Amino acid sequence: MSQAVLAITEQIDGSFKNVSFEVISAGAKIAGSLKGQLAVAVMGSDIENIAGQAAEYGAEKILVVDHDGLKDGLSDACTQAAAQLVEKTDPLVVMIGATSLGKDIAARLSARLNAPLAMDCVDVRVDGDQVVATRPMYGGKVLADVRLTGSPAIVTIRPRAIKAVVAPGAGEVEKVDINLDGTRLNLVEKHMETGKIELTEADVVVTGGRGMGGKDYGVIEALAESLGGAVGASRSAVDEGWRPVADQVGQTGKVVAPNLYVACGVSGAIQHLAGMASSRVVVAINKDPEAPIFSKCDFGIAGDLFEVVPAVTAEIEKLKD
Amino acid sequence: MEIAVLLKQVPTTESLIDIADDGVSIKTDGINWVMNPYDEMAVEEALQTRDEVGGKVTVFSLGPEKAVAVLRTALAMGADAAVRIDPEDKILDGIAVAKVIAGELKKDAFDLVIAGHRAVDDDNFQIGPAVAEIMNIPHISMVIEKNIADGKIKCTRTIEGGTIELETALPALITTQRGLNEPRYASLTGIMKAKKKPIDTRLLSETGTDPGTPMVETIAMRLPPQRQGGRMIDGDSAADKAAQLVKALREEAKII
Repeated sequence: MSQAVLAITEQIDGSFKNVSFEVISAGAKIAGSLKGQLAVAVMGSDIENIAGQAAEYGAEKILVVDHDGLKDGLSDACTQAAAQLVEKTDPLVVMIGATSLGKDIAARLSARLNAPLAMDCVDVRVDGDQVVATRPMYGGKVLADVRLTGSPAIVTIRPRAIKAVVAPGAGEVEKVDINLDGTRLNLVEKHMETGKIELTEADVVVTGGRGMGGKDYGVIEALAESLGGAVGASRSAVDEGWRPVADQVGQTGKVVAPNLYVACGVSGAIQHLAGMASSRVVVAINKDPEAPIFSKCDFGIAGDLFEVVPAVTAEIEKLKD
Repeated sequence: MEIAVLLKQVPTTESLIDIADDGVSIKTDGINWVMNPYDEMAVEEALQTRDEVGGKVTVFSLGPEKAVAVLRTALAMGADAAVRIDPEDKILDGIAVAKVIAGELKKDAFDLVIAGHRAVDDDNFQIGPAVAEIMNIPHISMVIEKNIADGKIKCTRTIEGGTIELETALPALITTQRGLNEPRYASLTGIMKAKKKPIDTRLLSETGTDPGTPMVETIAMRLPPQRQGGRMIDGDSAADKAAQLVKALREEAKII
């Protein structure tokens, strides 16, 4: 059963991650270019009830791998399952979301299969009979087109880079048995912050920088909550210990691509600008009118963030009345 | 404990990056080359582990002659031995690099291999896990806390929306994430001593590893579209500016 594309999905709390739909959509496009079929892998435990959703985005075939050993999303078990699905479907292209798990699977899979890998891509296409992927390098300062020779070409897709498009496919479900003997990672404990919106998946990101002056991010959190967004931090705020490393936006933190990015008290170091460059609209609020961030934003307000940010929150709240 | 650390020399993150005339690489004039910041954490973690449980830290880098600088830095920080694998101007993709490094690591019995979770130049996130795969050992990525006891390693790693604690048997490979430690600066005596330590240079053609033909080739590079200077919003008060901003976001940008 040879498939053109195998798209590997990922869930959180019993639902597909958004990036999974983006990966399926990207996979449908590539399968179309290759005039072949798109198979979507749904791996986990008790996932049969959601698997059908993959058809809405173009899955011709849905491979359901229901195994207790996959319920914690550990990278070695998932890699082993993915490798067996590749063997079964013999695809030309394997596509995975560039999440922390997806990147682990892709890197190990590339070595196991001796296959080309393009990590964290923002675009992918077929050129002749080869896959060409566009991926940011140098923290987003450069975009590179890379050509993958060999099969399967493994491509991981950066969250929010490619739009999920509803385009129903046949969605024929097939259950697949896999063997997880010999996995070596054991879960000790998982600590999830409930209700927290992941920066890389957020529609809105409100970031506080050095201008925050301390740990109190109350005004930032209030604006983020009002907009249904996530809170970010600049490197200096993280270095000061005001925010956790997980909140850092920039070249040595996370690259974000929200519709709206609000930088508050962020001066705009080159590493930070690289991490937010893909945002659709950037608002900068800083009391220094000469701050470099103002040359890389769409709208700027020179003023005290502790006055301006609460005023913006109040305006947003007015819209909701 | 025998510990190996993988190092890469990269442009400092302050660098302004421009595309070279060949269109597939970056201009290197004026670039300040340093140790990949995540690799600094890898060296620090290795040194702390050695000082706790004993053993030896060997640092590896696959790179041209100038990569000696990062090996010297690691030696100055306190690493015991350094190996440079000279690619002899051969172009290597991620898998090829992983094969060559894994091949060298297999020549010694390392209990623990530490690498950065990515290099801040090509942002590939590939070498650590791929090396572990080729060595047939487990790996844990993006580690912010680790404990070693009874032949096992227990690590906390970051994942989207939280952290996860994992355990596996040694030998294993881990990759570093910010928060794991604060890398030390090399002392002056460390720097002086490092200058005298030998660097074990191995030519790619003599390693016995066939890196294969590159399967991943950069065919074009460009700078992403740059945002031009934004519109400054003026007003009599914070409330006035805020009202204008929200109006612009709603009516012009149509984003809220």
